[in-house]
Order: sequence, then structure tokens, then C-alpha cells
Amino acid sequence: MTPELFSQSLQLALPEIILAVGALVLLMMGVFIGEKSNQLISGLSIALLAVVGLLITVSTGNGEAFGGAFIVDPFARFMKVAAIAGSIFALAMSAVQGRAMQLDKIEYPILLVLSTLGMLLLISANDLIAFYLGLELMSLALYVVAAFNRDSLRSTEAGLKYFVLGALSSGMLLYGMSLVYGFTGNTGFQEIATVLSSEPRGLGLVFGMVFMLAGACFKISAVPFHMWTPDVYEGAPTPVTAFFAAGPKIAAMAILIRLTSETFLPLISDWRQIIVFVAIASMMLGSFAAVGQKNIKRLMAYSSIGHMGFALVGLSAGSESGVSGVALYMLIYMMMSFGTFACIMSMRRPDGTYVEEIDELAGLFARKPFMAVVLTAQMFSMAGIPPLAGFFAKYYVFLAAVEAGLFTLAVVGFLTSVVAAYYYLRIVKLMWFDEPKGEFERTPGELRFIFGISGLLITTYILYGGPIGSAADAAARSFF
Amino acid sequence: MGLQALFFYLFAFVAIASAFMVISSKNPVHSVLFLIVVFFNSAGLFLLTGAEFLAMILLVVYIGAVAVLFLFVVMMLDIDFAELRSGVLQYAPIGLLVGLIVGAELILVIGSSVLSPDAAQSITMPIPNPAERTNTAALGDVLYTHYVYFFQISGMVLLVAMIGAIVLTLRHRENVKRQDISRQVARTPETAVEVVKVKPGQGL
Repeated sequence: MTPELFSQSLQLALPEIILAVGALVLLMMGVFIGEKSNQLISGLSIALLAVVGLLITVSTGNGEAFGGAFIVDPFARFMKVAAIAGSIFALAMSAVQGRAMQLDKIEYPILLVLSTLGMLLLISANDLIAFYLGLELMSLALYVVAAFNRDSLRSTEAGLKYFVLGALSSGMLLYGMSLVYGFTGNTGFQEIATVLSSEPRGLGLVFGMVFMLAGACFKISAVPFHMWTPDVYEGAPTPVTAFFAAGPKIAAMAILIRLTSETFLPLISDWRQIIVFVAIASMMLGSFAAVGQKNIKRLMAYSSIGHMGFALVGLSAGSESGVSGVALYMLIYMMMSFGTFACIMSMRRPDGTYVEEIDELAGLFARKPFMAVVLTAQMFSMAGIPPLAGFFAKYYVFLAAVEAGLFTLAVVGFLTSVVAAYYYLRIVKLMWFDEPKGEFERTPGELRFIFGISGLLITTYILYGGPIGSAADAAARSFF
Repeated sequence: MGLQALFFYLFAFVAIASAFMVISSKNPVHSVLFLIVVFFNSAGLFLLTGAEFLAMILLVVYIGAVAVLFLFVVMMLDIDFAELRSGVLQYAPIGLLVGLIVGAELILVIGSSVLSPDAAQSITMPIPNPAERTNTAALGDVLYTHYVYFFQISGMVLLVAMIGAIVLTLRHRENVKRQDISRQVARTPETAVEVVKVKPGQGL
């Protein structure tokens, strides 16, 4: 590698380098100032993420860095901005309610920043080794923050469960990678694609691909790799759950898109069966298993499984419009989920205890009209009712599936979203028409601001959806 | 050649003998110490074959970290080794099976390289001749150029692991007396000594 090329590499990876160095500086500050710097570090972490997000938005250079291990293209940029936005909102929520949830340690914001760094590296991964390292950097920080409230039994259980199952999925992923490397002789994604398109497909290679897809599906919690999701969502502190629902899903979906639409595109007939099965199973489980849930965080876990199924509908089309639909779906899902989690965080009794039962929301409109209106908008949007953002998300992925001739998949998607609408609307009914159960504490202004933003974003999507849609289309053109 | 063979037999014999001592010694601390001897002699064997990097890593990682960790576990955890050892013979068949499997795999790997010596020529990135360029230098050639990106991310992963381990286990206990050197040094006879006049026959 000549010196000029290396400086080019550094230039392409500048946002990631800033984030990494920034995280180290924050860590040093936290260590030397001590525990009282917690609020300062949280604020600086948000500022750091915002700066990196802006830098990624305004940068235009495309290309590969570090000998092809790191790729920057419009798709990577789109997904990175979405992931960073999710992280910023999760961090802001933790900063507001951190003390009550025992998240007020300096390590917490730093771990979230490092996890976000892992997401960015994962989204930009263009090589098997970079893929694995990015994924581990992201997940390792997630395991720790899941168990962050170590005095709580459920939080510790969530962290341990997530860690053990995550290690299992990493094992599967590595096994798949070693097979793919063994059968193609390359670790670079483009090189693997070249080998795949020039040679007849081997059974061992398909085996490796299946294992790699399984590893990626675990991270987006698609059925049948979803078992960890409800327990981890329920057990982890709520701001951490909000973080889980946003960035890591976006990053894992991004790498799944890159794998299927670029590396394994020559094997589309093989992976399409898998993705179609996973999509149908996720949609079914996400809608039917959520019906009986009593805890709203568990409900959100099943809802997220279902949403990942809907997003995979677009991916299985294997077309430009499909990929654009998935990218858009992930962005909109992020907007919906952080608002909902901000509302869940506001469910706090005057004596300071948090409640998570769905029944506690009864009569919310009488007590807190603003929160009830926002949460109603969220639920309608998640159910996919026009003209809210959630409708457009579903519309584009189903359209892509129909264009690709996958009618069964689209029909199953429609039917399951009708089932899912039942439990979203049940919450709406509880909030508006039932007798109020108990008082809630006054919501902090910052939280109202956060779910206000989310409500605004999903209700006015129709106004700004055009530019976002064309950005998603530009992102999808990176592959086709 | 004679000297090399002498050292090979020395290292190999000591390694096997101490490996036997690891499983047969009564005191678990002795077992760990014998394990260190095994690692040390294996490192010597690596050196003889010209793999000096592996030898050093074996010393640093296995003796410096793993064996010390074993020692900590053995000494700090209250494990009843007599009870643990009581059923040792009933596991002998499983141990034998594992040994047979590993042995068979070794024979297969070595046998294949004996049967087709030219297989070694088909490696995409062969290591340089140790006589011209040492392993360590050859590794450094690629690790800090082609693989610098992966090397750096690995560093970040390890940093996260370290932060995670500390944040999940470290507890700041209240009311613990810690040494404060400046306070100790600042003590003067006036602050530390109190002279009490005791009346005879009364006590304090």
C-alpha cells in the first residue's frame, strides 16, 4: 500500500476515525474527572455522534479503503445516518432518566458510542474479517449494556442470555465464513461474488452461505433466531431496549442486504427461499405471539420481530426497489420505535417506580393527552394505517415483492399485518375509552420533546417522504 | 544436528513427563506448576523448528496469562479436589475416546502431507523461508500494512471487553479504610499523641 493510497483510506474512514478517537478521549475524560462527569460525558457523546452523523451526510466520496476491507457508498451512508440517529435518541433518553434506572455511569455513554462505531464498521464492511470484527464490536458493547443494571436480576439475566445466544450465533457465522472462504479462496465480498458468478455453485458454498445468513438473522431477531428478543427486551433497562431496537437492527439489516444483494447475488435462487421462509415465519410469529402479551416491552419485542419480517419481504425481491424499500423500512421503524420507547419510559408512578404492564395505559388520554395522542399515532403507524409513515414503509416493500412476482409472500404480509393491527389498536382502545387506573408522574420535558419529534416525524412523513425516498433509491443503486 | 537432536529429546521428554505429572499429582497447585513446565518445553520445541514467534506467544499468553489465571482459580476458589478426583477412573473411557480421535486426526493430517508432498506448494500465501526472514518480521510485514484495519478494530473490541468486565464487576464499597499516604506523612506528634495524666491507683 503506497502512502497516497493510505491517506485516501484514512480520508474515506474519517467519520469512523473521529468517532473512535472521540470515544477514547471521552473515556479518558471520564476516568480523570470521575463519576460526577456523567452528564458531561453523555452530552459530549451526543454531540460527537451528531458531528459524525453530519459529516457522513455531507461527505460525497465513494470508494474502498484499507485494501478493499472498508467500503463507502450511498447505501452505507444512508444506513449509517439512520443508525447514528437511533443511537442519539437512545442516548438522549438515557441521559434524561439515567439516574432512576442506574445507568448514570460514565461507561454507559462510552459503550453506546463504541457500539455505534461497531455499527458503522459493520455497515461499511466489505470483507469477511471486517464483517465479523464490526459485528463483535457492536454486540460486545450491547451484551454489557443489557446487563448494565447489575443489581437487577432480570437485567443480568437479559445480558447473560443475550451473550450466550450471541456467542452461539457468532459461532455459526464464523463456521459459514470459513466454508465460504474455503470454497472461494477470498475474504473480500466482491472477490467472492466474482468467483460465484464464474463457477458452478458448490454445495459447500451454499452451506456456508446459509450459516452466514443465520448469523445475520440472529442479530435482526428474525424467526427462527428470535428466542432471545422478548427476554432481552423485557429485562434490559428501557433506554437500552430502545437502543437495541434502533441501531443494531439497522446495521445488521445493512450487512444482510450487502451479503444478499452483492456477494451472494449469483446464488439468488438459493437465498431467496431462505429469506422468504424467514420473512413469513417472522411475520406470523410477530403477529400471533404478540396478541397474548401483557408487558409492553415484550409486546414491542414481538412487534419488532414482525417488523423485521416485513422488511425481509422487500429483501426477498432481490431488486433495486426491494433494497430501497428495506432501507426506508428500517429508517421508519427506527423513528417509530424510539418514540414508543420514550412513551414507555414516561410510564412512571408518582412514587418513582416504572410500570410496564399494558393495562396501566388505561385511560391515558384523560391523564396525559399529549402522550396519548403521540402513542396513538405510533400505534396506527406501526399497524400501517395511511397516511402515517408506517404505511409507506409497508407499501414499498410489498410493492417490491409484487413486482418480483412473490404474490404469496405479499398476501401473507397483508394478512399478518391485519392480525398485528389488532394488538396495536387494543392499546389505542385502552388509552382512549377505558377508565384511568392510576396517576403518572409528570413527564420530563426532554422526554416529551423526544416523543414529540417522533410523533411529528411519522405524522408528517407524507410531506418530506419524497427526498427521503429518493435518497433510499440512490442508496439501493449502489448494488444494482 | 547432534546438538539439535539432543535438545529435541530433552524438551520432548521433559514435556511428556511433566504432562503426566499434571494429571497425576495430588496437589492442584503442583499440577498448575507442572503445566507451566509443559508450556515452557513446548516453547522450546517451537524454537527448534524455527517458529520463534509461536514460542514467544506461548510463553507470554499461556504462562503469563492462562497459567497464572489457573493458579488464581485453584487458590481462590474453594474446590474440593479430593471429591473431584474420586470419580476420575469412570471418565477414563471418554478420555481414551477423545485421545483416539485427536490421534486419528493427527495421523490423517501428517499422513496426507507425507502421501502428497506437493500439497504444501499450493498454499496461496506461503510463509517466507525462516532462514531469510524471521516469522516475527514476516507477520509484522502484513499485520501493520494489509491488515492494519483489522488490527485496529481488534484493539477496539478488546477495549470494549475490558470496559465491560470492569463495569460489570467493580464495586466501590463504602466504609473501606484505604491508605492515604499524604495524610500519614502529615501526621505530627501533636495530632497523633495525647498525653494523659493518670492519677495513681485510679486507672483510666
